[in-house]
Amino acid sequence: MKYALAVYGGPFTHQASSSAYQFAKAAIARGHEIYRVFFYHDGVYNGSNLSIAPQDEVNVTEQWKALADTHKLDLVICIAAAIRRGVINESEANRYEKDAHNLDPGFEISGLGQLVEAAIDCDRLITFGE
Amino acid sequence: MTKKILFITSKAPYGSSYAKEALDAVLMASAFGQQISLLFLDDGIFQLKKDQAPQHGQKNISATFPALELYDVNNIYVDELALQKRGMTRQDLVINTVAFNDEKIRQLMAEQDQILAF
Repeated sequence: MKYALAVYGGPFTHQASSSAYQFAKAAIARGHEIYRVFFYHDGVYNGSNLSIAPQDEVNVTEQWKALADTHKLDLVICIAAAIRRGVINESEANRYEKDAHNLDPGFEISGLGQLVEAAIDCDRLITFGE
Repeated sequence: MTKKILFITSKAPYGSSYAKEALDAVLMASAFGQQISLLFLDDGIFQLKKDQAPQHGQKNISATFPALELYDVNNIYVDELALQKRGMTRQDLVINTVAFNDEKIRQLMAEQDQILAF
């Protein structure tokens, strides 16, 4: 089956991202396709490469990147939600004349249309939020 | 083939960004030519209340709902019980909606290809 996941929760503060990651891993292991993971609301914080986990804690951003590397996952951060929350890539930093950018290169920044398109194209869209 | 997509919004209009970001998603989806429905549950009902006057520079979310018609989002439902529990009727809302009981809501959900919950 072809799945899309929507993640509304940030790392460390909420279980949403971790649950979505566990789901994605299990679905892939069972031979399903994860077409896209769309990060919205505070879920966009998952794409920041500035968060640091203590050594004995799990860093879900790193987990997503590793899974995406292995299985060519499409990790998409919502641009409208991300720029409000200070998660931006280099081109947005240039556009808004900011000194720094922090979006991890494992993630893409794109519009809400990517969520809608995933809902249309996939057999199932599963939301991980509050 | 068009899909039936239901958006469920169940958070109060202010105090978190859920209501606004749900509405953004509905407006975006309307551009894809799908069969869009919108359902208000729980405190989401308050998004539709007349005479909202948000303070401290917040935008009045209820101003956007009358425009949904222009985006061809015409299937708009509210949870009858959620209205009752909050001492409201459909007359308290900024747009015409259809009030559904639990059974009708279950049917509505069962008919959908996808549900996006906010």
